[in-house]
Amino acid sequence: MQSSHLPIFEVRPSSAWRMLDVRELWAYRELIYFLAWRDIKVRYKQTAIGIAWALLQPLAMLLVFTIFFGRLAGLSPQGVPYPLFVFAALIPWQLFSRAVTESTSSLVTDQRLITRVYFPRIIVPISTIIAAFVDFLICCVLLVGLLLIYGQLLRPTSLLLPALILLMLIAALGVGFWLSALNVEYRDVMYTVPFLNQLWFFITPIVYPITVVPAALRPLYGLNPMVGVVEGFRWALFGTGDVSVGLIISSTTSALFLFFTGCVWFRRRERTFVDIIGSGGR
Amino acid sequence: MGSTAISISRLGKCYRLGELQKYRALRDVLSDSLRSPFRRKSSRSDQLLWALKDISLEIKHGEVVGLIGRNGAGKSTLLKVLSRITEPTTGSATIHGRVGSLLEVGTGFHPELTGRENIFLSGAILGMRKKEIELNFDSIVDFAEVAKFIDTPVKHYSSGMYVRLAFAVAAHLEPEILLVDEVLAVGDATFQKKCLGKMGDVAKAGRTVIFVSHNMAAIQNLCDVAHLLSHGEVVASGKTADVMSRYLTDVAESGEQTLGTRLDRRGDGRLRFLEFRTTGANPGTGVMCGSEARFEIKYRGVEPLRNVHISMGFFNVYGDGAAYASNDLVGRSFDLIRPEGSLICKFDVLPLLPGSYSVSLYCTVNGVIADWVQNAGHVNVEDGDFYGSGKLPPNGYGSVAVAHDWYSQ
Repeated sequence: MQSSHLPIFEVRPSSAWRMLDVRELWAYRELIYFLAWRDIKVRYKQTAIGIAWALLQPLAMLLVFTIFFGRLAGLSPQGVPYPLFVFAALIPWQLFSRAVTESTSSLVTDQRLITRVYFPRIIVPISTIIAAFVDFLICCVLLVGLLLIYGQLLRPTSLLLPALILLMLIAALGVGFWLSALNVEYRDVMYTVPFLNQLWFFITPIVYPITVVPAALRPLYGLNPMVGVVEGFRWALFGTGDVSVGLIISSTTSALFLFFTGCVWFRRRERTFVDIIGSGGR
Repeated sequence: MGSTAISISRLGKCYRLGELQKYRALRDVLSDSLRSPFRRKSSRSDQLLWALKDISLEIKHGEVVGLIGRNGAGKSTLLKVLSRITEPTTGSATIHGRVGSLLEVGTGFHPELTGRENIFLSGAILGMRKKEIELNFDSIVDFAEVAKFIDTPVKHYSSGMYVRLAFAVAAHLEPEILLVDEVLAVGDATFQKKCLGKMGDVAKAGRTVIFVSHNMAAIQNLCDVAHLLSHGEVVASGKTADVMSRYLTDVAESGEQTLGTRLDRRGDGRLRFLEFRTTGANPGTGVMCGSEARFEIKYRGVEPLRNVHISMGFFNVYGDGAAYASNDLVGRSFDLIRPEGSLICKFDVLPLLPGSYSVSLYCTVNGVIADWVQNAGHVNVEDGDFYGSGKLPPNGYGSVAVAHDWYSQ
């Protein structure tokens, strides 16, 4: 065993301002995979109907919204059947909403890991979002099925969906970094999340079309990154709605802002996670 | 052999006592800053506690190093810093090679997942590559003797099977540097012996081991070199025998056991706990689940004490309350006790399941808190025959055995 072949690392106080260490994350890619895999396995083992749960939840919401908002409130948009209109927005929303609720408690839930072994802590919220992303992909298959049922063809603009999915993930990760780190220090964050989640649902054009909001206010409205994502999804799939460059720019800007500030905040606070979590339970 | 494995230079770790005590509520922080927006955060003025101060050490490849010292001397903190679980405040350490530790046994096990799934999960968490796990999979299963149940969720495992599987995964991790904290090691005496055996093997294979223990015999048997820590500083280094005798004289000279001199306590001090002692049914053995156990609390008071209430809380390794005992509960009153003596809590049949527990002690005199020490002592409960059937409940159903019976009608 020649010591020159051994990995060398240094333990020292890290600087307060750091970004993501992408190289380290890459080195830990298998752990990210296994943690996400665990979340998925456990989630479906605990439900009697298993993987169908991933579909049942959005379908139930879809049904309720279609009846109450589509039929009763008459919120029907131009040219697109209301169920499709809602479902195209519900899928990215579900991912985002799970990112918000599940990342928030993720570090505290995994405190036994964090206090016993080293790995980049940011893996924990990242892997919960990856697990949610798997559900997202399952729902996408369902969406394609719905499109076929309604006789809608995929438009060429659908090729832009990957870019919108990326935007969705950036926004979800940004919010996940912020809330998970805050929740370690302030455990009451966990209790505000259901409220935050609900509020965010209604300030995103999921059950209503964006045309409800005056055109002049839309770039401002777009500062909610999910507005850009949801409207983008609809535009890419159905060619409807009003997706201006301004809207996409403001959503992308605020998603990136959340992501980068979230990274920096997380990395700054992670240095004391163990010291706080380890004593928090008593 | 001979080259440096770990080089520690002026390492320090400082805790803010405020941080250690409790997490805050965001609501409080917000309302505080609304009330007095220009004041710096109050946590800045918190008391500082240096758990490690200016530690410099050089550890060579192939050395088996013992860290000794009293509770709170900084041994476990040093291991935590070296395994990168927590960051140092000052100084640095350069580590050549992969670090693994036996304080992580069972880390990452999920009760809902099967044995097979947990091997992969836990292996990945401990730092093994997927290929390595696949390569070692059969040998892990053999070692743990759980082949029949490998596709059963581990929540249905007995505690013995659970620990064997967890240990088997950790044992197949082949780090160049192994950190072992006996205090934190989960499991019964048999399991701890297995840990020690594993450490011996690792040491023989020429790897580096750093070992924290209160078991002086184990340190003497395994370690060539030892370092004595006191109040976060290295006060003696050298051959194990020399450092150990220095430690034992220190302990003897200071007269009282550590519990009596500890500062992390509350109460007005009219009574002070001096020592916490555990005795099993037979002298020389530890306490066993289902057997008699005596917990003796030596104390000293300022005068004969009236109206004394005492309680003892047991916490499992995850910090959850496991059991509680007090003289009030059993209707035994201490109206007047000697200024110096022992209070003894006796269990005819100890219901605690095998494992290690931390004990907190709490005492009031005339309704006012006299002494209150968390983590005052440590109890290792060994496998025993609580039910007279030779069986114990499976893992995951609490920390105590409940007496009961079954019949049909």
